[in-house]
Amino acid sequence: MSGILVFAEHDGGVFKKTTFELLGKAAELGATVQAVVLGDAPAADLGAYGASTVFQVAGDFSSHDSDAVTAALAAVVEAASPAAILASTTYAAKDALPRLAARLGTGMASGVTKIDLEGDAIVARRPIYSGKAYVDVAISGSPALYTVRPNSFGQPEAGAGSADVQAVSFEAPAARLTVVERKTPETQAVDLTEADRIVSGGRSLGSKDKFDAVIRPMAAALGATAGASRAAVDAGYASHEEQVGQTGKVVNPSLYIAAGISGAIQHLAGMRSSKVIVAINTDAEAPIFEHATYGIVGDLFEVLPAIQAEVEALD
Amino acid sequence: MKIGVCAKVTPDTGAQIKVVGNGIDTAGIKWVVNPYDAYAIEEAVKTVENHGGSVHLFTVGDDSVVAPLRAGGLAVGGEDLTQISDAALNDADSLGVAKALAASLKAAGVEAVFAGKESVDGVSSQVPAMVAELLGWPLVSIVTGFETDGSTFKATREIGGGVVEVVSGSLPAVFTCDKGLNTPRYAKLPQIMKAKRKKVIKQDLAAIGLSAADVAPKATESNFSEPAARPAGRMLSGSVQEQAKELVHLLRNEAKVL
Repeated sequence: MSGILVFAEHDGGVFKKTTFELLGKAAELGATVQAVVLGDAPAADLGAYGASTVFQVAGDFSSHDSDAVTAALAAVVEAASPAAILASTTYAAKDALPRLAARLGTGMASGVTKIDLEGDAIVARRPIYSGKAYVDVAISGSPALYTVRPNSFGQPEAGAGSADVQAVSFEAPAARLTVVERKTPETQAVDLTEADRIVSGGRSLGSKDKFDAVIRPMAAALGATAGASRAAVDAGYASHEEQVGQTGKVVNPSLYIAAGISGAIQHLAGMRSSKVIVAINTDAEAPIFEHATYGIVGDLFEVLPAIQAEVEALD
Repeated sequence: MKIGVCAKVTPDTGAQIKVVGNGIDTAGIKWVVNPYDAYAIEEAVKTVENHGGSVHLFTVGDDSVVAPLRAGGLAVGGEDLTQISDAALNDADSLGVAKALAASLKAAGVEAVFAGKESVDGVSSQVPAMVAELLGWPLVSIVTGFETDGSTFKATREIGGGVVEVVSGSLPAVFTCDKGLNTPRYAKLPQIMKAKRKKVIKQDLAAIGLSAADVAPKATESNFSEPAARPAGRMLSGSVQEQAKELVHLLRNEAKVL
């Protein structure tokens, strides 16, 4: 098959983990692997992950302006003529890829967790109803556009090799949005949707102070991102950006620790694809235990600090 | 100001989803306005309360979607509902739906569009961005704060990792709404009664200048399935310290995630 173009996103010049996941998948599909880098990042390095050609567009894309990102991607599509584009479900791609699909009149599948070849055709599987069901999507338009849920594919090993970097110029559209303020949280962690480890707390925490005193240090000790159930968010213990579930974020980490969360169907929908789920709850009958890899019946205020001490004692 | 809100009817988030053939078993499912679209409706209604104007709802769907949108849209301040319904849209993908909505919104002459950041059924979050592209308007997504003077706006949006931006711009524009933006009001009985008499404008594709070919799907779904059951888990036992020790040992040596 012809080329698969990976949208190689980076944070200030450091490629996101998901970029490598996507490159690994594109190579596994046996395609000519291409990549697109917007802004300043070491594009040639992507050759170590199988990219033969990297199309680089100069400019400042840090403000997540979908006007600019869409126009830049459209210019690269014209230069690269890929059969498909793989991006991650990042904020930038979730804005730009549907716009690109509308601009090019092609089809798109969002948040896919599985991509396979059936003959020459790509078949992608994606969760619907926040993971309560799955569906296969086939795309007939060209290029076929996909956003992939982070942590769906493994990280490839870096090999040798350097990619051929081609500069692509594009006409930057006049800015229609102006950033007047940017607020960065005091402790910035990986976004929940991209996090590999998550520690979530529920209503049993009882107050914002206790949430901050128990959940956040546990998350910090694990290098994890803190999450919360809807009940905890509605009670004001955590911010709404931290809600995991059907009206919050759908997450896909390797490790999900649910502390004091009973496991309402909406919460389960948001985290059930986690590879390992640890549940801690005083109620042995809580539905969360039916989905847990490991369960501890006990008081989270005793159990979490004990786990944290064990984690901190690891070498 | 004339505001258009794109709204969709979805199963209540408490619904158990059972797959039957190429779809879901709809028996016993309670249908509601998509929760994120409820934030969009509320924000539009609040905006016209402050600045004057009217809120117009737009949806794609058969007659079954009208009752939930009367209850969750017209009864809380929407003036009318435009229902785009056409056999050619039955298998439409996001782009087909977006083309129909954009054509109808344009014909209605709205000056701003609000929509939910995603629907809780398909969870594609494609349609509002596509509508913005098709209308040629700026897109501001995942909005948790909004103010306007009627011609310019300031919107607060999340851009990942807890980072929040305030952006400004000029209307018209498309906004997708997130939890935290507002608290949707409940309809009171007199409003529910009044909503029964509000106008539903039914449009087929021809009425908005589109053909079946214009909305032919480029993305097709098949093989609906339910998630595989997780293997039975292990309940730990012993003292708190023993359980903590065992858990960390298992996470590192058995699950290999530490």
